Amino acid sequence: MSDLIKTNELESTTVSQEHLLQITNLRKYFQINKPFLKKNRVFLKAVDGVSFNLDAGKTVGIVGESGCGKTTMGRTILRLYDVTDGQILFNGMDITKLKGEALRKVRPQFQMIFQDPYSSLSPRLPVGEIIGEAVRVHSIVPKSEYKDYVIDIMRKCGLQPHFFGRYPHEFSGGQRQRICIAKALALKPKMVICDEPVSALDVSIQAQIINLFKDLQAQDNLAYVFISHDLSVVEHISDQVGVMYLGNMVEFADKKDLFANPMHPYTQALLSAVPVPDPDVKMNRIILHGDIPSPANPPKGCKFHTRCSKCMDICAEVEPEFKDYGNGHCVACHLYSQGENNNK
Amino acid sequence: MKSKKDEIFEQTEIQEESVTTTVAEVTEDEELSIEEATDRTISPTRMVLKRFFRSKLSMAGLIILLVLFLFSFLFPLFKFLPFVWGEQEQDDSNPVVETRVNPIEVEGEDGTIHTVYVVEYFYRTNYKAPSATHWLGTDDKGFDVFSRLMYGGRISLTVGFVVVILETIIGIILGGIAGYFGGWVDNLIMRIVDIFNCVPNFPILMIIGVSLEAQEIDGSAKLYIMMAMLTLFGWAGTARLVRGQILSLREQEFMLSAEASGLPVSHKIIKHLVPNVMPQLIVSMTLGLGSVILTEATLGYLGIGISPVYATWGNMINSATNQTVLNLYPNLWIAPGVCIVLAVLAFNFIGDGLRDAFDPKSRR
Repeated sequence: MSDLIKTNELESTTVSQEHLLQITNLRKYFQINKPFLKKNRVFLKAVDGVSFNLDAGKTVGIVGESGCGKTTMGRTILRLYDVTDGQILFNGMDITKLKGEALRKVRPQFQMIFQDPYSSLSPRLPVGEIIGEAVRVHSIVPKSEYKDYVIDIMRKCGLQPHFFGRYPHEFSGGQRQRICIAKALALKPKMVICDEPVSALDVSIQAQIINLFKDLQAQDNLAYVFISHDLSVVEHISDQVGVMYLGNMVEFADKKDLFANPMHPYTQALLSAVPVPDPDVKMNRIILHGDIPSPANPPKGCKFHTRCSKCMDICAEVEPEFKDYGNGHCVACHLYSQGENNNK
Repeated sequence: MKSKKDEIFEQTEIQEESVTTTVAEVTEDEELSIEEATDRTISPTRMVLKRFFRSKLSMAGLIILLVLFLFSFLFPLFKFLPFVWGEQEQDDSNPVVETRVNPIEVEGEDGTIHTVYVVEYFYRTNYKAPSATHWLGTDDKGFDVFSRLMYGGRISLTVGFVVVILETIIGIILGGIAGYFGGWVDNLIMRIVDIFNCVPNFPILMIIGVSLEAQEIDGSAKLYIMMAMLTLFGWAGTARLVRGQILSLREQEFMLSAEASGLPVSHKIIKHLVPNVMPQLIVSMTLGLGSVILTEATLGYLGIGISPVYATWGNMINSATNQTVLNLYPNLWIAPGVCIVLAVLAFNFIGDGLRDAFDPKSRR
C-alpha cells in the first residue's frame, strides 16, 4: 500500500466548515488476485481520484455509464468499503480512517438508499422493525415515543401506519422503495446517498419517488448524492452534476452550466444521447465507439482517449488535470488546458 | 367581477376545508385500525405453518410423532393400570428353568445298548407370553416389554433431541463465525469440519462403546458420553450448512444496509442472519433427528450403545441377537423395531413437509 500512497500527491486542503461533505482525491482499489509476491498484485481501480464538495441541503448528481464506479464511490464515501487513498471530510470531521465503534456511532448521520428495493429489505422482519431497529439501537428518540416516531416517519414517506406490522413480501416495488427511504430518514441523517434509487421502478413510480425526495429535502434540509445513469432524472433533482468515466470524475459543474455548456467530450456524447420527446427535432448524436476499457488495466494518459472524437497526441501520454475553468465548472480534458497554455 | 372572484375563492376555501377534515377523519380511522390491521397480516412464519398443515404427509408424520411422544412420556405415569410396570420392576412370579433332556444311546462293554438321559439345565428365565398384565410379555429378566417400550421411547427420543439441539447450537456458532468473519477464521473452522467429516465416525463410536463397556462405567454416565460423542460427530454438517447460507446472505443488500445503519455486529448476526438461516436449519434438524435415532438404534442393536440398565428402542432390539429369542419370542423385538421405523419415518415426513413449506416456489 505504501507505494500507492507515495505516488499520490495529496492535495493539501484547508478544512473549511462551509461544505457538508468534502471529498479529496478519493481512491478505491480492489485487489483482484492473490499472488505470492507483493509486486505482482493487480488492482481494479474502481474509483481513481475523485474530488468534489457537497453543501448542506443541496444535491449532487453523479452520472456515468455502468461500471464506471458510481456505486463503489457512493459506498466508499459511506465507509462501507475501506478507503484506499484520499480523504473524506463530513461535517468537518475526517471519517476516512474511522473504525469499529467510532464509525458505528457516526453512521446515522449519513445514510444510503440502495438500488434494489427487493434485496435491501430483510424478508423476515416486519416493516416497523426494519425502519425502527436502528432508531432504537442509536436511541434517536426516547423509548416512549418510539412507535409514534416510526409511524410519523412512515406517514412522511407516504406509507400508511397500518403497514407497521406487515412484511416486505406484501409490498410492491414503489412501496418497498418508500420503506427504504423511511429507513434511511428515520435516523435523522444530514446526508443521504441515493444509489440509483429509481432505476428498478417504472416511470410513473419514479416520478412519485423523486418528488418525495425533493419534498423531504425541503423539510429536513437534507443533502443528497444522487447516483443515476438517467440524465433526465439527474437534471430534475440536482443542483450540481458530476460526470464519471472509468473511476474518474471528468466534469463537475452546476446543473444549468453543465447541461447548457458541456465541456468534456464524454459529457457532450452523453447529453447528445438523451432522447427528446419531439419527432421534429433533428438529433445530432455523438456515437461513442468501442467498449468501456477494463478498470483493471485502464488506458494510459486520459482514460477516455480510446473513444474520444477529439483525441489529440497528448491525450494518450499525459493524464489531464481536473481543473476549474470558471464558475466552479471543473473539467479534466486537454482541449481546454492547452488553450490556456497557448494564451499564456 | 370582483364578487364572482370572491365567491369562487370562498368556494375553494370551503372545499379545501372539507378536504382537510376528511383527511383528518381518515387518519383517525387509520390509527384505530393499526392494531386490527396488524393482526390480519401474515408473517412469514405463519405462512409456512399454513402451508405445512395443508400437506397430508407432514400431518401424518406429526400425528405419529405426537402419539409416540404421548406413549413414551405420558403413559408411564399411569402406574395404577395393571399393564404398566416400572422400568426396573421384575416380574419373577413364574420363573422358568428350561430343561432339555437328550437321550443318548451308549454301547456298553458287554455289547448291550444303554440309553443315557442327559439333562441340560439353562439359566433361570422369566419369559412370559403376552397376557392381560403383560401386553407384550416379558423378557428374560422379567421386565415388561410393553412398559420398557415406553421408557425406551423416552431415552431414544430425548437422545435424538438433545443431540440435534447441541449439534445445531455448535453448528450455528462455529458456522456463523466462519461465514461472517471469513478469512483465516473461516479457513481454520472449515478445516476442522473437514477433519470431522473424513473421520470414520461409526467405527470410532463402536470402539468408544466397547471401551466404555470394558471400564464398567455406570449407565447414566454412559448415556451422557454417548450423547456427547454423537454430537461431536454430527455438528460438522450443520456448521457447513450455516456457513454456506451466511456467506450468501452476507452479500445481500440488506446486510449492507444494516451495516450502513450502524447496527452492532451481534445485532446483525442475531436479527438479520440467523432468522434467514432458520428455514434450512429447521429442515436439516428434523431430518437429522431421524438419523440420530437410527444411529442410536444401530449402536444399541450391536450392544455397545446405551447400557441395558436404561431401556432404549435400540438395545431392546439387541435381544434379537439371541437365536432363541429371534425364533421363539418375536414379541420382544418386533415392537421396538416398529417404533424406530415409525419415529424415523415421521421425522422424515415432517422434514420434507417443512422443506416444501419453506420453499416459496412449491405452492402446492
